[in-house]
Amino acid sequence: MLTMQAAPVGLDINAKRQNSMKVLVTVKRVLDYNVKVRVKADRSDVDLANVKMALNPFCEIAVEEAVRLKEAGVATEVVVVSIGPKAVQEQIRTALALGADRGIHIETENSPESLSVAKLLAKVVADEQPGLVILGKQAIDSDNNQTGQMLAALTGLSQGTFASEVKIEGDEALVTREVDGGLQTLGLKLPAIVTTDLRLNEPRYASLPNIMKAKKKPLDVKTPADLGVELRAHTELLSVEPPAERKGGIKVGSVAELVEKLKNEAKVI
Amino acid sequence: MATLIIAEHDNSILKPATLNTVAAAAAIGGDAVLLVAGEGCQAVAGQAAQVAGVNKVLLADNAAYGHQLAENVAPLVAELAKSAGFEYVLAPATTTGKNLLPRVAALLDVGQLSDIVSVESADTFKRPIYAGNAIATVKSLDAIKVITVRGTAFDPVAAEGGSASIEAVTAVHDAGLSRFVGEEVAKSDRPELTAARVIISGGRGMGNGENFALLEKVADKLGAAVGASRAAVDAGFVPNDMQVGQTGKIVAPELYIAVGISGAIQHLAGMKDSKVIVAINKDEEAPIFQVADYGLVADLFDAVPELEASL
Ligand SMILES: Cc1cc2nc3c(=O)[nH]c(=O)nc-3n(C[C@H](O)[C@H](O)[C@H](O)COP(=O)(O)OP(=O)(O)OC[C@H]3O[C@@H](n4cnc5c(N)ncnc54)[C@H](O)[C@@H]3O)c2cc1C
Ligand SMILES: Cc1cc2nc3c(=O)[nH]c(=O)nc-3n(C[C@H](O)[C@H](O)[C@H](O)COP(=O)(O)OP(=O)(O)OC[C@H]3O[C@@H](n4cnc5c(N)ncnc54)[C@H](O)[C@@H]3O)c2cc1C
Repeated sequence: MLTMQAAPVGLDINAKRQNSMKVLVTVKRVLDYNVKVRVKADRSDVDLANVKMALNPFCEIAVEEAVRLKEAGVATEVVVVSIGPKAVQEQIRTALALGADRGIHIETENSPESLSVAKLLAKVVADEQPGLVILGKQAIDSDNNQTGQMLAALTGLSQGTFASEVKIEGDEALVTREVDGGLQTLGLKLPAIVTTDLRLNEPRYASLPNIMKAKKKPLDVKTPADLGVELRAHTELLSVEPPAERKGGIKVGSVAELVEKLKNEAKVI
Repeated sequence: MATLIIAEHDNSILKPATLNTVAAAAAIGGDAVLLVAGEGCQAVAGQAAQVAGVNKVLLADNAAYGHQLAENVAPLVAELAKSAGFEYVLAPATTTGKNLLPRVAALLDVGQLSDIVSVESADTFKRPIYAGNAIATVKSLDAIKVITVRGTAFDPVAAEGGSASIEAVTAVHDAGLSRFVGEEVAKSDRPELTAARVIISGGRGMGNGENFALLEKVADKLGAAVGASRAAVDAGFVPNDMQVGQTGKIVAPELYIAVGISGAIQHLAGMKDSKVIVAINKDEEAPIFQVADYGLVADLFDAVPELEASL
C-alpha cells in the first residue's frame, strides 16, 4: 500500500534537502490541562490569574516528533517558535530542554488570533525555509484547530492534520491521520505542514542537565513589525459564560434498579 | 444573503452531519447552497437536492476532489465564495470540515469561528472553549464568515422534502501537493457515534480490548454505538475513531453509559450534553458520578453482564 513512486523532482535536490532538513515547531503557552477554568464574575473572560500555565500538550508532541526526527538523522536542526507576551519564553525554554536547538520569540501583547498567528508563522517559514513544520492540532484553551491549516494555505504548502504517524521518504512526508472513520494516509510533497494528534508519540521528560543547557541555547526576539506583519482583529469576544451545569443525579443500588429507572423514569430504553 | 455549505459524504452517501449544518444555516437565514465536491458523487448531489431548506446544489465532480484533499478543495470553495458572493461558508466540525475550512478562511483572508453551538445574530455566535468549561459569545468582524458547526448543538433538518436544482461546477483545482495513499476504515454495523441515540463507552477499567465484547453485547440489545475514553484508545484496546472527548468526538445521545471511565474533564467535554448519563464505576469517588443522572458503584465485570441479561 505504501509503495513509493519515483520522485518527480531531481534526486540530487532531494538529497540536498534531506541533508539539511530543518524542522520548525510551534509552541503555545496555555493553561495546564489539569486546571479547570472559571469564568470571571463580570463574564468578560475566563479567569487566568494565578493559574498554572504550561506547554500545550499537542505542541509538546510536536517538539518530541521533531527531536526524534533529528535523532533519527532525518532533521538537522529543530527551531521552535512561539508568539505571545514575554512569558512564552518559558515554554520556548521547555522546548529547548526537550531537545530543540534554538528559539524564536515573536513578541505580542496577547496571544493573537489564529490567522494572525499563521501570518507571523508564514513569515518565519519564508525566512527559515524549513523542510517540515510541525504544530499542535489544537490549543486546549481556545480549542480552535485552525492555525496549521491556515499556515498551509498562506505558504501554499501541503498539509497533514491530526497526524498519528509521520515518515519522511524521499521528497515526501507520509502522514497517517486520525479521521472520523479511522485512519487515512496521505503522501505530502515537502516542505509540508503537519499537525499532531495525541497518539503520534509520548513526549519525554526534560532532564535537569538539559534544562540547564537550554538556558544557554540561542533565543531570538522579534516583533510583528520586524516581520512586516500588521495584525488585524477578525473577531470580538463579547462575553464568556459558564456552561449549563448538570444537576447531580442519584446513585442506584443495583442493576435491576438502574434498568427500572431507565425504563420508567428516564424513558430512554 | 446566502450560505455555502460543504456537504460531508463518501462519494456515495450524504453524511448526517450535513443536515445539522444546514440547520445552522437555517438559523442564520437566507439562501442555503450545498456544495458536493468529490469524485463520482452524482448520487450524493441527488440526495443533497432533497434536503429540506436547500435552495441549490453545486456539484464539483472531479478526480482531484475524490479524497477531499484540502489542497485541492480549499481553492475551489474560496473561489466559489468570492465569485458568487457568499456571506457565509459553513462545514460540519468533523475531521473533514476541520481539515478543510481553516485553509479556506486563510485563502479568503478571514478568521474562522470553530465549532459554534448557537447562532445569536447575523454576526454573533456561541462556541465552547477550554474543553467546554466556558462558552464564549464571539462576534465576527469579517465580511465572509467561515464557520464550523458542532452537530450535536443543532437538530438536523429533514433529509427529504426539498427539491433543489443541481448545477455543475467545472472549475478544477489540482494543486499537486498531496496524494491519497490509503485508509483503514473501521467497518461496523452499529450506528455512527455522532449519530447514535444510545452510546455505551468503556475506559481503562475495561482492562483489555477483548473485554469490550461485554459492551458490544449491551450495544446490540440497545441499538447503541460503542465509544471509549482516550486511555482505552492509548492502551490499544480499541481504535482511535472510538474516542469521545475534547480531542475526540463530541456526542450528545439520549443515553450515554460510561463504564470504567473516571470522568476526566477532557472526556466530559465530549459527552456531558447527553440527555441521560449512566456511570458504572467501582470507585464511588470517581468524578464521572458528578455528572451522572444514575450512578452505579459496582465492578463492571459483574454489572455489565447483568445489565445485558436484564435488557
Ligand atoms: C476566552 C478567549 C478569548 C480570547 N479573546 C481574544 C481576543 O479578543 N482577541 C484576540 O486577538 N485573541 C483572543 N484570544 C486568543 C485567540 O483566540 C487564540 O490565541 C488564537 O485563536 C490562536 O489560535 P489557537 O491557539 O486557538 O490555535 P489552534 O489552531 O487551536 O492551535 C493550533 C496550534 O497552533 C500553534 N499556535 C497557536 N497559537 C500559537 C502561538 N501564539 N505561538 C506559537 N504557536 C501557536 C500551536 O502549535 C497550536 O497547538 C482569546 C482566547 C480565548 C481562549
Ligand atoms: C490534551 C489532552 C486531551 C485529551 N483528550 C481526551 C479526550 O478527548 N477523551 C478522553 O477520554 N480523554 C482525553 N484525555 C485524557 C484524559 O485526561 C484522561 O486521562 C482519560 O479520559 C482517562 O480515561 P479513563 O477514564 O478511561 O481512565 P482512568 O482515569 O484510569 O479511569 C479508569 C476508571 O475505571 C474504573 N475501574 C477500574 N476497574 C474497574 C472495574 N473492574 N469496574 C468498574 N470500574 C472500574 C476506575 O475506578 C477508574 O475510575 C486528554 C488528555 C490530554 C492531556
